[in-house]
Parts: sequence; C-alpha cells; structure tokens
Amino acid sequence: MLKQIVRRLGTAVPSLIGVVIVTFLLTRVLPGDTAAYFAGPAATPQAIAEIKTKLGLDQPLFVQFLAYVKDLATGNLGMSLTTGQPVFEDIRARLPASAELTLLGLILSVAVSVPLGILAAVRQGSWIDHLCRVVATAGVSLPVFFTGLLLVYVFYYKLGWAPAPMGRLDFIYSAPDTVTGFYLIDSLLAGDFELFRAAWSQIWLPAVTLAIFSLAPIARMTRASMLSVLASDFVRTARASGLKPSKVVMGYAFRNALLPVITTLGMVFSFLLGANVLVEKVFAWPGIGSYAIEALITSDYAPVQGFVLAMAILYVLLNLAIDILYGLVDPRVRIEA
Amino acid sequence: MNIHAGNMSAGVNNMQPPLLEVRDLTVEFATRRGTVQAVKQVDLTLAKGETLGIVGESGSGKSVTSYAVMRILDRAGRIAEGTISFGGVDIGAASESQVRALRGREMSMIFQNPRAALNPIRKVGKQIEDVLIEHVQAQPSDAKEKAIEVLKAVRIARPEERYHAYPFELSGGMCQRIVIALALACRPQLLIADEPTTGLDVTTQKAVMDLVVELTRERNMSTILITHDLGLASAYCDRVMVMEKGKVVETANAEAVFRAPQHAYTRKLMRATPRKGVTLRDLLPEDAAPVALTPAMPVEGAGTPLLVVENLVKEYPRQTPATGLAGAFGIKGAAADPFRAVDDISFSVAKGESLGLVGESGCGKSTTSMMLMRLLDPTSGRIVFKGEELSAIPAKRFAGSKWRSRIQLVFQDPTDSLNPRYTAARAIADPLLRLGSGLSGKALRAKVEELAGLVGLPVHLLDRFPHQLSGGQKARVGIARAIAPDPDLVILDEPTAALDVSVQAVVLNLLQDLKQRLGMSYIFVSHDLEVVRMLCDRVIVMRTGRIVEEGATEAIMAAPKAEYTRELLASIPHPPI
Repeated sequence: MLKQIVRRLGTAVPSLIGVVIVTFLLTRVLPGDTAAYFAGPAATPQAIAEIKTKLGLDQPLFVQFLAYVKDLATGNLGMSLTTGQPVFEDIRARLPASAELTLLGLILSVAVSVPLGILAAVRQGSWIDHLCRVVATAGVSLPVFFTGLLLVYVFYYKLGWAPAPMGRLDFIYSAPDTVTGFYLIDSLLAGDFELFRAAWSQIWLPAVTLAIFSLAPIARMTRASMLSVLASDFVRTARASGLKPSKVVMGYAFRNALLPVITTLGMVFSFLLGANVLVEKVFAWPGIGSYAIEALITSDYAPVQGFVLAMAILYVLLNLAIDILYGLVDPRVRIEA
Repeated sequence: MNIHAGNMSAGVNNMQPPLLEVRDLTVEFATRRGTVQAVKQVDLTLAKGETLGIVGESGSGKSVTSYAVMRILDRAGRIAEGTISFGGVDIGAASESQVRALRGREMSMIFQNPRAALNPIRKVGKQIEDVLIEHVQAQPSDAKEKAIEVLKAVRIARPEERYHAYPFELSGGMCQRIVIALALACRPQLLIADEPTTGLDVTTQKAVMDLVVELTRERNMSTILITHDLGLASAYCDRVMVMEKGKVVETANAEAVFRAPQHAYTRKLMRATPRKGVTLRDLLPEDAAPVALTPAMPVEGAGTPLLVVENLVKEYPRQTPATGLAGAFGIKGAAADPFRAVDDISFSVAKGESLGLVGESGCGKSTTSMMLMRLLDPTSGRIVFKGEELSAIPAKRFAGSKWRSRIQLVFQDPTDSLNPRYTAARAIADPLLRLGSGLSGKALRAKVEELAGLVGLPVHLLDRFPHQLSGGQKARVGIARAIAPDPDLVILDEPTAALDVSVQAVVLNLLQDLKQRLGMSYIFVSHDLEVVRMLCDRVIVMRTGRIVEEGATEAIMAAPKAEYTRELLASIPHPPI
C-alpha cells in the first residue's frame, strides 16, 4: 500500500513541474501592469520604473523564472502586494476556510443525493425518480449566487434563523486555536461548544448553497450507476438466492455502483474548492477562491501562482485518496496497481 | 397439452403430487411497442427427482418460463395468466416475502456466464455465507465452516483457500462450480439450470454437467435444464420439452424426441444440430430449396502450400511482484520465465484447403490466429504466405502492406464486431475503401450488392444498421466484409458460436459454398469438434500452446491417437440413440 502511494506521488512530480511553468508564464502574459497598478494613477513613469526594478519585473523572463523557482525551493511563495502578507501565510489561513465549507457542503450533498439516487434507481419511474430528476435539474440550473442570496433572504432577513452572512464567525467570538484550521473541529477539540454553535450558525447556510448546487451530478451518477448494476447478472443471482432486498441493493448493488460515484465526488470536490468564489463573495467567506480572484484582478502574480500551485497539489492528493478508496472498494483495482 | 408423467427416472412415485406444476402460463412484457407475450399458455409438470430439459432457440421463452417460476422476472415482465404451483404453494399469489423464503432454500437457479453471475467484489466464500445466513442454515459463528463444506461438496480443490478468492481469480469452470455451490447450499428441492455450460469448453461442460447430475441425484432433487443444445438436453434429461416462440411444441421423453420427433420444429432443430455421421447439407431443413451446388471451381494450383508456419512462438512476460524500494520506483522484479502462449508450432495450409484449429480456451488457438492475422507479432518463428515472409513485417505496419487484403478475419461475435453507426452496406464497403480497391460511388455500391448476393443477404437490408438486423444477418455482413477484398485466406474465429443452431446450419453451409466458389482457404478456429468435422479437411488439436495431434479430420475423429483428443471427443454430449 505504502509502495503504491509513493509511486503515485512520484508520477505527480512532472505534472507539478508543468503547473509551475505554465502558471508562471500565464501570469506574465496576462494583460495589466503590476507596477503601474500599484504606483497609482498619478504616478510618474519614473516611479513606475522604480517599482518595476524593486519587484524585479525589468529582468528577462528567464531570470525572473529562476528567481521564482529558487524561492519555491525554499518554501517562499512570495509576498502578496494587496494584503502585504507572505502568500504562504495567506493561503494557510484561507485554504482551511474554503476546505471546511466545501467539505461540509459535500457531506450534506452526499447525505441527500446518494440515498435519493439509490431510491430513484430502485423505484425507477416512480414519483421518487421524478423527484430526483426535478431536484437535480433545479439544483444545477440555479446559479449559486442566486440560491445563496435567496437563502440569505429567507433564513436571515425573513426568518432570522441564520446570522448575518459575515464570514466564518461573528465578530464577538475569536477563532479557536488552530489545530486543523476547521473551526467546527477546532472548537470541539477545545471543548468550546458555544464557539462550535457560533461557527455552525455561520457555515450552514453557505454549505447548503453549495450542497444544492452539487446535488445534481452526484444524484444522477448514483442513479445511473445503480441502474446498470441492478440490471447485471450477479444481482439476479442474489435475488434468485432469496437474499433480502436490502442486502441485494446495499450489500451487492451499491458497493459495485460506488466506483463512478467516488470519481464524481472527487471531481465535484476539486471543482467546488476553487470555483465557489461566488458563494464566498455572497457570504463574505474568507476563502481561497475570492483571494485568488482579487489577486488576479490586480495583476498580483505571487498569490495567483501560489493559489494554482496549492490547488494542483491538492488535486494530486485528492486523486491519490480516490485511488486508495478504489482499491478498498474493488479488489480488481488492487491487483492492477 | 397432454403431458405424461416422466417414466425415465428411477424412484419417481407417480402417486405423489408433482413438485412443480405450471398451468396455462402466459408472461407479458411491457415494451415501447406495446405488450409482447414472451410465453404463451405453457403447461409443465415436474415430479420429484425428475430432470426436464427445456430446449429452444433464442426468443423461445425458455428462460422467461423459468424466471416466472422463480418470480424473478424483471420490472417490465409480469405473469398475465396461469398458475404456478410449487410444492403446494401458489407462486403467483404468494407474497414477495413468501417467495423469497423459497428462493435459494427450496428452488435455486444456476446461470449462463458464471463469472458475471457472481458479485465481482465479494469473496466467493462470503457470497455462499450470505445465502446460508439468509436462510438460517448457518449462524455467523459457523458460517465460514459451513461455506467451506459447501465448496467441498462441489469438488473444489483447496476449499479453504478458494473461500478467500474473488471471482476474477477463478476460471470459468471454477466460477460455475461456485454458482452451483450457491444454488445447492441450502439443499433445495428444485434446481433450474439456465444454459449452465454455454461458453464453457466441452471438457469443462462435461465436468460441470456430471457434477450437477451427481449432486441432484444424490439429493433426489428435481432439475430443469434450459438449453439450446438438443444433444446436451437428451444426454442429461429424462424428458425434453421443446419451445418455439413462447409456445410448447412438443414434450416427450428424451429418447423419443430424438428417435421420432413429432413436431416439424423439433425435426428442424434436430436436423440442424451437428452430430455424428452427418454432412453440412444434412443440417438444412428437409423442405429447404435444394441448393444449387456450384460445381467446385478447379482451384488453380490446389494443394500447393499457401501458408507455411514454422516454429511459431509467442511469449508473454510473466511479472513477479517487485519488492521494496525497487517496487516503489516502478522497477520490475527479476523476470521469471516468460509464459509461452504458443509454444513452437509448425503447420501449413494448402490452397483451397480448410484447416480446423481446435482446443480448449487458453490452448493458444486465438493467439495463433491473431499472429496469422498479423495483428500480433510472434516472439520467434516464421509465417510464410505465398512465398513471402509476412512475419518480417511488423504487425503495426501490416495494415498498410499489400498483403492485408490477402488475409481476412470473420469474428466470433457478429454484433460486437460491427460498428453500430455503420449501415450494413458501409460495413461491407469498409475494406474496399481502406484497402485501395479504387472503387467509389455506383461501382462501389454494385460491388457491395454483389457481395451481399454472394452471402445471401437481401439487398433491401443493406441500408439497415446492425441493431436492425438479426444475428444470422449480422453474421452474413461480417462474412461479406471479410471476403470483400477477395482474400486468399480467411480466418474464421468461432463464427457461429453466438448463433442459434438453425442459423448456424445455414451459415456453415454458406461458408462451405463460398469457399468452393471463390477458391479460398479457411482456418477455422473452434471448440466444437462436430462443426469442425463437417467443415474442415484437416484439423490441428492444440493444448497449452502445443500441437498434440494433426491430420485429416475424418481420420482423427474416427481414430484419435492422442489421449487429449480422445478426451475432447468423449466430452461431446451425444443423444441416446
């Protein structure tokens, strides 16, 4: 098992090198002049040139790249010009915020969509099948900023069940000691249940927004995968052997239907993590998506490069986790690996 | 329909009520084009300890009948009329939980394609445990022990080890033993075997069938054997019921069906079944228009070798699991002796000759045919075709050589070997377009129609897609495509294995006619010795990559020299005449 993990990590090295090169080049060819932006509209050409020299932007591209790689090797991702902080610190503070939100959204989504997909497949053509289709279609066709705003309107403005959408914690609380970076977990570790409740009240609304959006692919994939497995020969054998329907559906069919569902989960997770900028904006969530977008708008290279690199590493780890899960579910994959 | 009680089986007490009684069974399927009756007014009775064969071709409703008995019809199907009474229980009226309690405990089923019939990601021992525990034949504490006992009962060697195996780690025959173990674990009274040996080798088929007979006899069980093979049914059953298009056309004891078939359809089926002492023409229906025998064209240079194979070897590397750090970096462990799929074989095919290549799965016959087709590079040895050494041209570049059109292939599965998005005409035209015949437009169409005429495919079917054609028609398209570039050698890879016997009879005759008309040579790969006997002049028997026997077909069939050939021949089920 360990061997397999090491080998998989080894194969990721070339793609990470590729990511480093491509992001470096991409940020350089983007329109916009960093130096001009930070010098301000009234700056003289001289001042701009001075800033350029300070940032090293007057050097040839190759020299800039070497400097960048040298920094990377020492773990230095550069400074963010907008926040004035080291990019590494920024990402370390913001990545857990996004990850916590996305994970919770995904857990909520799976809790609803997987049972829904299974039921829709088992009772194909019944009302629950239609419900599954309607929920999935509605979830995916409503943009997240719309569902987000709607939820805020109903649950904060009308019903008052949720606090104002103002980030991860109300200002009267201070963040728990960082262990995992996830407030829900850290507050529990600290034994502070009031803090947990406060963090929960902030996170549940954006998490639900994300969950609604990600229902569709998971529910549809579960349904499709279950349908094909339920029609297979070994399910017929299980039925002919008189096994209970629950055993046939959960014990025999669902485990076999899991593989495509796991793949979809991985894709949805990585997609949501970087792409939920809109949700982060609506709920003033200090996540990594909005951080990257702001940096991009201001042509602030270092945070963009740091963001892409962090995402790439995360993606590699995620794929590794999925492959390991595969092996746990399917003995055939274990052999091939 | 009057069904007399089975008088063949020993120990049948006619005074006992039958174990299974089906009256007027009609099964309907809801399809997009309205309801279809798959089974119409079927009656059957089965006494305790009796073995009944249900024989019919695809679409005869034989499987659906048995699914109705077990009440495992899929969603679209329902029992529209009739009663099924099993051991006094009205199956049609019983609640789902009542029927479920019967399934697996009182009546069980074994299926075609045993590997797919098992849960691919659960240990086979666990699957047997599931059934035992479900029917309270075992407690979780002693389930493992009992599952191993069940494995022992189906004669699985090293059952403690096999208990932990997954289906993909076992051979087809072994998987079928596991399926039988599953079915018999709770000692049911009725076993339904739905094409239990289709797709298995003859020797495996014999072993599996003998096992089923032995176990069911030992336990005085009733058996229904569903098959398309009359020979198999008559060899193993007391009574045989013949079905056609959802109806029972004839029920009689096995001997009577063979000696004096009453119904025209039974006679047709019987005629079409390859058996001892008949020729290809005998397989066709008696009322078939007498085939205008094309006088065999004197093949130019007949008898001169067309293809010569010398010391052909194909090796596959055998990987040993790499260990330690080397494994972590993807460095393979020390290479073990490579596996020899084809081990130093030599033979030749003369012009106008047809050569049979026979053996069990894994004997290397497919690997050999792939190398002759030049889709696979041999490890060593020579393939000389018309004096040209083809093995010198790498398989990757062979498609571009002028020799590609000289050797063609007819595939085993007529459906999967056709592009579903190509019409029949396009499929047949494909080699003409790709192998540089220079034909196009009207000339191409004319050529395609000529080819269709040759293989007996009606011209109006040419614009249909594969899914709109029957199995036999698809087989014809595949054959027309193979003969389109006018090849010298056609390799036929079990071309009729997926077809019903009556269709097989027609296709085999067609192949024979084409060979004579076009003066081609055939290499016919098959595991069905009777078919090989009728079609081939010479035969090669292969085992574990080697040739064990070679010679004129009739001579080998009449007096096999090798022990293995005798074993193969003895495994063919013969009707009790």
